[in-house]
Amino acid sequence: MRDFKDNLLRGLLWLSAFLSVAVLLMIVGFIFYKGMGLISFEFIFGDYSPEGGGGIWPMIVTTVYTIVISLIIATPIGILAAVYLHEYAKQGRLVRIIRFATESLTGIPSIIYGLFGAVFFVTTLKLGMSIIAASLTLTIIVLPVIIRTTEESLKTVPASYREGSLALGNTKLQTLYKVILPSAMPGILSGIILSIGRIVGESAAIFLTAGTVAAMPESIFSSARTLTVHSYLVTQEAGDIELAAAVGIVLIVIILAINFSATYISKKLNKATNK
Amino acid sequence: MSIPTENKQTENIGKANKRKYFLESVSSKLFMICALLSVITLVLIIGFVFYKGSHPFVVGGYSFIDFLFGTDWVPSEDKFGIFPMIIASIYATIGALIIGVPIGLFTAIFLAEIASTRVAKIISPAIQLLAGIPSVLYGVFGLAIIVPFLQNTFGLAKGQSLIAVILVLAIMMLPTIVTVAETAIRAVPQSYREGSLALGVSHIGTIFRVIVPAAKSGIMTAVVLGLGRAIGETMAVILVAGNSLIVPTSLTDSIRPLTTNIALEMGYAAGTHQEMLFATGIVLFSFILILNFVLAKISAKGGN
Repeated sequence: MRDFKDNLLRGLLWLSAFLSVAVLLMIVGFIFYKGMGLISFEFIFGDYSPEGGGGIWPMIVTTVYTIVISLIIATPIGILAAVYLHEYAKQGRLVRIIRFATESLTGIPSIIYGLFGAVFFVTTLKLGMSIIAASLTLTIIVLPVIIRTTEESLKTVPASYREGSLALGNTKLQTLYKVILPSAMPGILSGIILSIGRIVGESAAIFLTAGTVAAMPESIFSSARTLTVHSYLVTQEAGDIELAAAVGIVLIVIILAINFSATYISKKLNKATNK
Repeated sequence: MSIPTENKQTENIGKANKRKYFLESVSSKLFMICALLSVITLVLIIGFVFYKGSHPFVVGGYSFIDFLFGTDWVPSEDKFGIFPMIIASIYATIGALIIGVPIGLFTAIFLAEIASTRVAKIISPAIQLLAGIPSVLYGVFGLAIIVPFLQNTFGLAKGQSLIAVILVLAIMMLPTIVTVAETAIRAVPQSYREGSLALGVSHIGTIFRVIVPAAKSGIMTAVVLGLGRAIGETMAVILVAGNSLIVPTSLTDSIRPLTTNIALEMGYAAGTHQEMLFATGIVLFSFILILNFVLAKISAKGGN
């Protein structure tokens, strides 16, 4: 009886693992199989044409804009916030409130961020449906990610580094940017790279704040669509699975590149700091 | 002669020190402001959504009960009932959990306890990468493969249905659940395994009676994270849900969950209609708070 139960459970474990891997392989395989036919130099670097057959360069540019703008704002704020929480603040009620707020922000679904962005940035601040409105919304989305990863890496900086630097007569600020931040760099960088992944994959919040205009954005105040939104819209409106999958390939390649560079950078920097 | 220079020196040092102290205090204030920004944005978000969403009930004279339990959503006729969407969201989430959690958890156990190191070293990072794939692509896959499959297999008029949403969400939460649960299972001390095996408990028995209970809180975290991804998902769900405004009675009914209601109508909604979409947001928000709370309670109870 025990053997039977053991074998049954063992079989279920194998079956589940097989199912998970098979389904996930199927998705990636499907995207590549369906979309590969469209991938060409012209498709990636060509301008979009509403009649079809055009490229996705405007969507790539829009995606890059949203990444750059939201990181320019979120990175310094996130790092300094983590520095405050870990290095400066007295651990008390204020810190608990800030931590609670940061954690709660992580749990909010992106459609709610989209609602907020659509009313606050688009309407109240009169930015209109635009890249800048979407980027500001994305800033709020990635802020908790950057704060958390930075704080984690600050925790790994040994206390002796701080004590050594302070004992040499450095001020707290000097200790921070000469000693603590450099040794926490690998963790901070991987946090930033994680955020890029989050921004690239985001769709609902961008859909409600940047709009859907399929053209090269004139400035960051124009409405435009990112790769994910494009992939969604061509599926929903035109039922063009092939095109959606081709955009999907570009997205997957970007995500892979981001992940590999994250691993590479943190390995490189870990070596450098350990020397 | 020497006295004035000394004075001057101390004066200079004093000045430098003053500047240093000034910089110190300014920077620590600046850091605090940055940290407070996350509190401010959270308050702004909740404030805006609740202010906008409660407006029709507080000022406009609409009944909140009718909003929650009304079954008609016809904005042009001033009818706003989201009961079908609430039910659709609950069914879709629970369904995705029923399928996604056991498969994800068993896969995690397999990778941590049964698979050889070489196999695990290939599969685990691959699954981790899949967690980063944009969710829209899961929707595209669902529409292109799962929907036609359901249509043909069960002879449905329309493959976009509750079961299609459940399957897409279950697949989408798999990478998250597997990755987090695997980490939790690997963190169980080796001595637990050895102790149990030494007492004559079989390998499988050890896994299910010793290791899984020991990793319970990490596994719970995995479930909560997967759940968060499922409930909040919007664009992928729109593609496979079908968007019918009915209370679903079977797995093959076409549905419209809360999130998709917001995304589909936000583009053109104005006035009360728009405020009702914010009210939908409030319901979604409370939904997530309640679920997280319940799961936290369950895991706390399990811990005792």
